[in-house]
Amino acid sequence: MEFSLSDEQRMIIKTTRDFVTHELMPHEAEVEATGVLRPELQAALKAKAIDAGLYAANMPADVGGAGLDTVTWVLYEKELGRTGYALHYNCVGRPSNILCACVGEQREKYLYPSVRGERVDCLAMTEPGAGSDVRGMKTTAVADKDDFVINGTKHFISHADHADFVILFAATGEESGPRGIKKKITAFLVDMGTPGFVVRDGYRNVSHRGYNNCILEFNDCRVPKSAVLGQVHEGFEVANSWLGATRLQVAATSIGRAERALALATEWAAQRQQFGQQIGKFQGVSFKLADMALELRAAELLTLDAAWKFDQKIATDSDMAMAKLKATEMLAMVADEALQIHGGMGLMSDLPLERIWRDARIERIWEGTSEIQRHIISRAMLRPHGG
Amino acid sequence: MQKIIVGIKRVVDYNVRVRVKPDGSGVALDGVKMSVNPFDEIALEEALRIKERGEATEIIAVSIGPDDAQQQLRTALAMGADRAILVKTDQAIEPLTAAHALLAIIKTEQPDLVIVGKQAIDDDAAQTGPMLAALWGRPQATFCSKLTINGTVATIVREVDAGLETIEVDLPAVISADLRLNEPRYVKLPDIMKAKKKQLDVTDLATLGVSIDDGLKTVHTEAPKARAKGILVKDVAELVDALKKKGLVS
Ligand SMILES: Cc1cc2nc3c(=O)[nH]c(=O)nc-3n(C[C@H](O)[C@H](O)[C@H](O)COP(=O)(O)OP(=O)(O)OC[C@H]3O[C@@H](n4cnc5c(N)ncnc54)[C@H](O)[C@@H]3O)c2cc1C
Repeated sequence: MEFSLSDEQRMIIKTTRDFVTHELMPHEAEVEATGVLRPELQAALKAKAIDAGLYAANMPADVGGAGLDTVTWVLYEKELGRTGYALHYNCVGRPSNILCACVGEQREKYLYPSVRGERVDCLAMTEPGAGSDVRGMKTTAVADKDDFVINGTKHFISHADHADFVILFAATGEESGPRGIKKKITAFLVDMGTPGFVVRDGYRNVSHRGYNNCILEFNDCRVPKSAVLGQVHEGFEVANSWLGATRLQVAATSIGRAERALALATEWAAQRQQFGQQIGKFQGVSFKLADMALELRAAELLTLDAAWKFDQKIATDSDMAMAKLKATEMLAMVADEALQIHGGMGLMSDLPLERIWRDARIERIWEGTSEIQRHIISRAMLRPHGG
Repeated sequence: MQKIIVGIKRVVDYNVRVRVKPDGSGVALDGVKMSVNPFDEIALEEALRIKERGEATEIIAVSIGPDDAQQQLRTALAMGADRAILVKTDQAIEPLTAAHALLAIIKTEQPDLVIVGKQAIDDDAAQTGPMLAALWGRPQATFCSKLTINGTVATIVREVDAGLETIEVDLPAVISADLRLNEPRYVKLPDIMKAKKKQLDVTDLATLGVSIDDGLKTVHTEAPKARAKGILVKDVAELVDALKKKGLVS
């Protein structure tokens, strides 16, 4: 097994880190204080990200992306994760890989402009009544001559406030399977502004200030059959073949953020004096640091392992679940302990810790909750035993 | 102008807090992050800007160091150097040997300009550039903070103790880059991918006919003494008072 980094990987890490440190981090305080990433600022930073070749680096080379392998992409995501989500995701966009399923005119209209940063996508599965149980979605798309007519409500949809189109999942039929009636799901590409489709403000969120989630409402929204992404009734097949790695994105960005929190905690433990000595000399503090470093390294190895397997096309759902689960739970622990080591100062907005601590919370919920990841891992273990 | 040669040294990253080996034989390098000497990055950035202005056609990055220095040369290639040469040696070499090695490369490449960092942040010797100019018999301009080129003449603004000095040198010449010469660019991601395909030649001192000088000997390395704890003063009056008490001003 080879664990060392290639020259290329080292350089990609450095360039991404330099960009994050010099271009994005200086704006963290403003975004946190105002809760807004100003559109002018976003546009300026996005232009710089495009110029640096960092924008859409997750996409394959043949569609204009950087063509990184999964391990290298994870290393890049990790560096981006060091700063706030609004800044790294809205300025250094990573279009959904599912757009690679675009064919013919869809490529010109959605895929290529997204890679170039001219258009922004968002992806809508979740509904008020269908979260973990995505297949329970009530949004329907009914075929009507050459069109589909869409009705329903989606919520928690990230980036819909500034996206140009949505990758929408809707039920297009039902079939009866061994475990009862199962909905057939289809993916659609729907432009903002299509009649019958409105985007409303979502909820205020404890994590990731400056970035928004929205509510999407469809009332007899008519789209042509050419809006179908992939095949009719095969929305989840398209999603499964392209979205597998999004859990690695959550894992990798969580690891980057945890690294930053641990570095702050280490420095503080070495500098802060109480009872006439460095607090790091108290075992109660130093053992925390050791445990944080240990968990971080374990999460990183699990994530790189899953990424490597993904490249070898041998990654299982369980591998992805383990990486996401471990990295997000590790971040929760590291962020909390880093704050604890800082004492009262850790809670103050003057340091990035309280933000990292708040931001850590969402990572155990989106892209599949911790419970759902444990469900996936345990099912894979029990299935061979008839479970 | 045709060719520019830029010196690229592999050094301990400036963010690393170095530790002296317990036996005092040097600095511990195991597992320590290594980077391009920051002043060499500035030197390369200047060369790239000259080329982008259409005043040069080729930039060659040259390093003298261990096999791993290929990493730093790859970085130089990703930044925009056209090709690279590694003069491989596993020994620690002194500035005079580095200057001889660069001279040997110069003899084959015939550059119109050589830009090096004003010093490397490991030994801070600041000697390679001047020694090279002397051996080559060409002008030198050290501590350059602004460079303009007009045909075969370069105008250099130098940072000297008394302020800024402007000089002209005939090309070919050796210029050493100071901190304020420019701000090096981010390496762009697509350029990193392209760097893999650029030419990187590896040679060694023997092939170049350069022998290792032994004019310098490291006798002992030790860490600087920990500084005594400072005191905080409210204002200038208190500062002057404190200095007087210590007998530092009268
Ligand atoms: C800020 C934000 C942004 C989001 N962005 C998007 C987006 O862009 N697009 C999108 O489609 N979705 C998005 N989501 C939705 C996200 O993926 C869901 O929140 C997540 O899948 C969980 O669904 P839920 O919130 O409805 O919780 P529920 O599914 O209602 O879960 C409630 C609790 O029950 C537990 N639970 C549920 N089922 C099981 C089970 N089988 N076994 C054990 N425990 C179970 C859960 O783990 C959880 O603890 C976003 C969510 C948030 C908060």
